Amino acid sequence: MRIRHLLPVLLAPWLLTAALANPYETTLKNGLRIIVKEDRRAPTAVQMVWYRIGSMDEVDGASGVAHVLEHMMFKGTPSVGPGEFNKRVAAAGGRDNAFTSRDYTAYFQQVPKEKLDEMMQLEADRMRHLNVEAKEFEQEIKVVMEERRMRTDDNPQSKLFEQMNAVAFQSHPYRRPIIGWMNDLETMTAADAKAWYDTWYVPNNAYVVITGDVDHKAVFALAEKYYGPLEGRALPLRKPQIEPAQEGSRRVSVKAPAELPVLIMGYKAPILRNIETDSEPYALEMLGAILDGHDAARFNKKLVREDKVALSVGFDYDGTARGPGMIYLHGSPSEGRSVADLEAALRAEIARVQKDGISETELKRAKAQLLASQVYKLDSMFGQAMEIGQTESAGLPYQKINRMLEKLQKVTAAEAQAVAKKYFNDDTLTIGVLDPQPLDGKPRRSAVATRH
Amino acid sequence: MKNAMKKLLTAVTALLITQAALAGVKIEHWVSPAGARVYFVESRVLPMLDVQVDFAAGSMFDPAGKSGLAALTRAALDLGAGSRDETAIAEQLADIGANLGGSADTDRASVSLRTLSAKDKRDPALDILRSVLHKPLFDAAIFEREKARTIASLKEAMTQPGSIAGKAFWAAMYPNHPYGQQASPESVTALHRDDLAAFHSRYYNAANASITLVGDISRADAEKIAEAIAAGLPKGEVATVPAAPVAPKGSVTSLAHPASQAHVYIGLPAIERGNPDYFPLLVGNYTLGGGGFVSRLMKEVRDKRGYAYSVYSYFAPLKQTGPFQIGLQTKRSQAKDAIKVSRDVLEGFLKDGPSEEELAAAKANLTGSFPLRLDSNKKLLDNAAVIGFYGLPLDYLDQYQAKVQAVTVDDIKQAFSRRVRMADLITVTVAAD
Repeated sequence: MRIRHLLPVLLAPWLLTAALANPYETTLKNGLRIIVKEDRRAPTAVQMVWYRIGSMDEVDGASGVAHVLEHMMFKGTPSVGPGEFNKRVAAAGGRDNAFTSRDYTAYFQQVPKEKLDEMMQLEADRMRHLNVEAKEFEQEIKVVMEERRMRTDDNPQSKLFEQMNAVAFQSHPYRRPIIGWMNDLETMTAADAKAWYDTWYVPNNAYVVITGDVDHKAVFALAEKYYGPLEGRALPLRKPQIEPAQEGSRRVSVKAPAELPVLIMGYKAPILRNIETDSEPYALEMLGAILDGHDAARFNKKLVREDKVALSVGFDYDGTARGPGMIYLHGSPSEGRSVADLEAALRAEIARVQKDGISETELKRAKAQLLASQVYKLDSMFGQAMEIGQTESAGLPYQKINRMLEKLQKVTAAEAQAVAKKYFNDDTLTIGVLDPQPLDGKPRRSAVATRH
Repeated sequence: MKNAMKKLLTAVTALLITQAALAGVKIEHWVSPAGARVYFVESRVLPMLDVQVDFAAGSMFDPAGKSGLAALTRAALDLGAGSRDETAIAEQLADIGANLGGSADTDRASVSLRTLSAKDKRDPALDILRSVLHKPLFDAAIFEREKARTIASLKEAMTQPGSIAGKAFWAAMYPNHPYGQQASPESVTALHRDDLAAFHSRYYNAANASITLVGDISRADAEKIAEAIAAGLPKGEVATVPAAPVAPKGSVTSLAHPASQAHVYIGLPAIERGNPDYFPLLVGNYTLGGGGFVSRLMKEVRDKRGYAYSVYSYFAPLKQTGPFQIGLQTKRSQAKDAIKVSRDVLEGFLKDGPSEEELAAAKANLTGSFPLRLDSNKKLLDNAAVIGFYGLPLDYLDQYQAKVQAVTVDDIKQAFSRRVRMADLITVTVAAD
């Protein structure tokens, strides 16, 4: 999640009254938290169930099991047959899906509000009663392998990103792809998936986020009815697996059928752990907005529009996560320009911030965009539920979302310059280059130019 | 690249199925004094305003040999207009937190603005929108830069199996119609800056425009805003569409590629916007391949056999006959099997249609999900803009549930037999063994 997309209630005076108590929260005896944000603008509701379990909790040889289990969650319980979950949601006029990240696994349904009751019943059922049958598993693991082929194996940029993380992280589990290595998928069994479920799918490792045209008291009562009877269980100890300090730059190249070279420069970066005392993640978010927040932001203006060294260029940084952080600078060089040219140009832009800082005008502009985006965010109930869920997944309280936004609005030009000086450090840099290969095996274009 | 990276940085998401269907709300409609059609939905909950201006200026209007012109014209609109250069446009929009977007597809070129509705934000945002529509500069140097970027991205697309398959599929479906003519590095290389200016003055006019507004403004303000947009455009005339596409004979195209997965498209030109067959096709296709996880294609290809992560079918009605399409990706060695299963599913469906139980499930979902189609300003805007652009009845959304409910198994079988014939199917594979 990106802090700059967070929701703003406090900064929008017209919402103040509604914001006083909303969202509402309760915790069931089994440890399951229920967070309800009432939003009455349309007769619909979103339920999301978030499990504090993602690919970072996997171990070597079993990469991808968090995501495979996510697929298996649709394969039935003693009371709901295989595929029946989707059918019941569809019959309710709903839409449902799920997603797995490094940090969490989440499931959601968007439904007409009268159907929320049934959705809560369905989610509660599969929280503790999933069947993981070998027959279903054997088909579904093939589907996941097809998903890997589609998302990664045949997608040059994904492949590069996967390889890059495998090099940037050596100890921390962020080095493994969420979808899993193909060989791990090939050797995975139904028992592996079942063990994952039994260990981690318990109410005290989950929270439910509901937004929409609902009454929180009624939702709490339904939660007690359906989720209340589920038993909690102690979770295994999770070891920190802290990444050792990187002491020198790393470089990886990937060959794949493509036309355009791609460059990714990844720098180790801090993550927001304490909303009050940490300041650097906020400064990095604002720096990102100044470099890449609009079409005439520094990167696009200078590298794409003026110097034409890049076809496209970007800055990505996510200051909230369970694990370690990275800043990614990325782009593709223009025809006739090399990856080395692009790298030099990106470095020059960073050096410009380090030396001359940023202007008050740029900072004010980034803050104005942030403010407006917080109003636009309210247009989506799904987006509001996502924001609460993702903030919590990173170990940050959703009640502090507004405080985080205030902190962002207070970032100074000096702070943005200071983080630019501190974190764009070659010793923690990993460079990934996509070296495009012709489809027919004949050389087309040289991507990896010599360094100067 | 940027969007792609952002996707990489976020979660692995399970299959998200979007359905080409519409839904209901009170849309006010009038024709502005300057001659543009206007569609307005007042929505006061959030202090924001969306304005979208659609022109019949999509790629179907690309002159022969100039494929890519419509897209490039649209892309260049906000790269300098009136007294503002491209930097001023982007900076001034950012200063007030406004977003200017849009794109061109086969039929439409769209320019959309999202702004806060407070007057000190809204007025400058609308001023930029008008300037971009009325007075784009098409600066020669910027044109050359964007041309080079477009050519590079077209070359990149020509190396990726999904893009190769998509282009080949449309070329095979529409051999003698602009829908089958697609931008290539060669066609874009041949474009000149003056082509953009000419295309703009021919198609970006009031008669050829529909303006959709959704948000926190009054009807009176909506009228003023729309008229100010329309009045700055040439009066012009409605674009003339080419002769309707003639469906070619069935064919199979197999293209080589080193990818691990084959990309497969099967389909044919099927239906245009506003045709009454649409509802039986929509309801029927829910069972065939539109209903996400519960469709027959999903059951047979994914659930039973594990052949594919994504498999779907849909009808995409366009201004002129738009396609029916089945799509999937599968390990290259099993492409033939996956195609056979898909064809068998389709053939069985054409013969017998859905069961009564399947029909009831389709109707339950399509009518039951109606509120979900209208629960944001963005969705209201999309719906109202389509109704406006394609001239669908204003009560289209009000009628939607009743029209879905009225469909019978027989209606579905008849509509499918008129639109989808096994012998005429066009199949394109890339990277299939």
